[in-house]
Amino acid sequence: MAKANQSGLGRSEAASGLLLISPTAIYAVLLLAAPLATVVMFSLLTGGRGQITWDFSLQNYIDVWTGPVYRAIMLRSLIVAFGVTLVTVVIAYPIAYFVSFHVEPSKKSIWLFLITIPFWTSYLIRVFLWKVILGYNGVVNSGLLSIGVIDEPLQWINYNVGALIVTLAHAYAPFAILPIFVSLEKIDRSLLEAGQDLGESRLRTFWRVTLPLSMAGVIAAVLIVFIPTIGDYVTPDLIGGGKLPMIANMMEVQMLKVNNKPLGSAIAVSAMFIVAIIAVGFVLLNRRFIGGQK
Amino acid sequence: MKATGLRAYAIGYLIFLYAPIVLLPIFAFNDSKIIAFPLSGFTTHWFAEMWSDSQLFNALKNSMIISGTTAIIATTLGIFAARASTRFSFPAKGGLLGMIMLPLVLPEMIVAMSLLVVLLAIGVKLSFLTVILGHVLICTPFAVAILSSAFQSLDKSLEEAAYDLGETPISTFRLIILPLVMPGIISSLLICFTISLDEFIIAYFLSGADTVLSAYIYGQFRFPARVPAMLALGTILVLVSIILLSIAEYFRRRGIAKTGGKDTGGFL
Repeated sequence: MAKANQSGLGRSEAASGLLLISPTAIYAVLLLAAPLATVVMFSLLTGGRGQITWDFSLQNYIDVWTGPVYRAIMLRSLIVAFGVTLVTVVIAYPIAYFVSFHVEPSKKSIWLFLITIPFWTSYLIRVFLWKVILGYNGVVNSGLLSIGVIDEPLQWINYNVGALIVTLAHAYAPFAILPIFVSLEKIDRSLLEAGQDLGESRLRTFWRVTLPLSMAGVIAAVLIVFIPTIGDYVTPDLIGGGKLPMIANMMEVQMLKVNNKPLGSAIAVSAMFIVAIIAVGFVLLNRRFIGGQK
Repeated sequence: MKATGLRAYAIGYLIFLYAPIVLLPIFAFNDSKIIAFPLSGFTTHWFAEMWSDSQLFNALKNSMIISGTTAIIATTLGIFAARASTRFSFPAKGGLLGMIMLPLVLPEMIVAMSLLVVLLAIGVKLSFLTVILGHVLICTPFAVAILSSAFQSLDKSLEEAAYDLGETPISTFRLIILPLVMPGIISSLLICFTISLDEFIIAYFLSGADTVLSAYIYGQFRFPARVPAMLALGTILVLVSIILLSIAEYFRRRGIAKTGGKDTGGFL
């Protein structure tokens, strides 16, 4: 009977695996790979006034990469995304370190749960709350005015790149903590003892053992924060008041409002290209960093 | 690194994380149209206004249908992929899994726009059905991640024992594997439901004439008079997602305990 079952499984392991994964894989091919390929193809066509003509050219890319407006928006997206990534990862590291090294094992999951809850509560409402907090007549300004700390509403806290960065850093904070935490958990604690036994101070042990060993987590955190922030649509619209558009807003304008889908597609492909280049760059940097420590 | 200093820092960080959310109920119960200090008294008017908004309930109904359907389809697709990747080795495994997980590392706007371009080009009418198509795409990677860890902690010898005792692969799956990974399935359903309910970009661009909750809230933010009622709604949404997540966390932990694993914490 057991044998019958085994021949009932019949197909080779490879075939069973492929058959089993096929529903999910086919879904991803039809609804992700095919649309992405379409966008790449569209980006090479010529468009305008809602029409698409089948003239293959690189003109859209030339427009996107040399037009001053597009360049300014891409530069702003990069600055915001790098700023958010830097702030998020730097403030997240000590938290991950604290939970991994100084919290009792039985309490670790409750700390992680507390850290992840805000991430799961409506993203839209959280972004809007920052508009309410930092706005000209917002919570901070009205609060400080009513207790008499300031006489006039502060203007440097609203409608600027700094406000975008604060809002996004808050939105993506847990994203940065989790991968760093996981990499810290994997560190063999006896290595730290060895470092100290050999006469290193705690700080130097951290610098020469803990930090390099957790670098993979830091890189994962960087990528996991950088990628969604550079493509964020809501924050520039709500916090920036529509005056500080980023790549996603530019994509919307070209795809839908101007209805030049080829140009919009070229923006989308360029954004993916930038993200891919930077991701590869960080991964290579990590390799070198770890290689240099050996 | 002193533990006490770090603990103070960690508590300060939690305050930063929760501060905006704490403002929600404060201003939802505040008797003023303007969201600012000083507070001007307690009211439940905004909850009443929210409650009598028929458009909101219509949007909520659509969102519930979208999130429920998405959770079921994404979890089902997740079961296939997670089972295949943890149990079998097959050609192009890395590439196929990479493609399934790709939405995790693609800006959502690109997923939404590429789907939109194709749907418009082949003449599909946008509705809540097209939102479901997009949401399944972005929820499946989360389902695969949660379910992979559930399938991974399965002891293969249990399955082999079932075969030896004469069960077929299908009855083994139903009698042995499914009950053991059930906590993972429930946790995946809840997480996918929460992600779909919360998702904005795909819901906004692919919903056409149908109103979806997150897109409706976004539209209402343009009218300052409607903001307090939206904060009241936000208060309720936050409570609901905390309850759903607590249930998901409970099942996740029970699942780990059931298969005898060690709790490493966290959903991600």
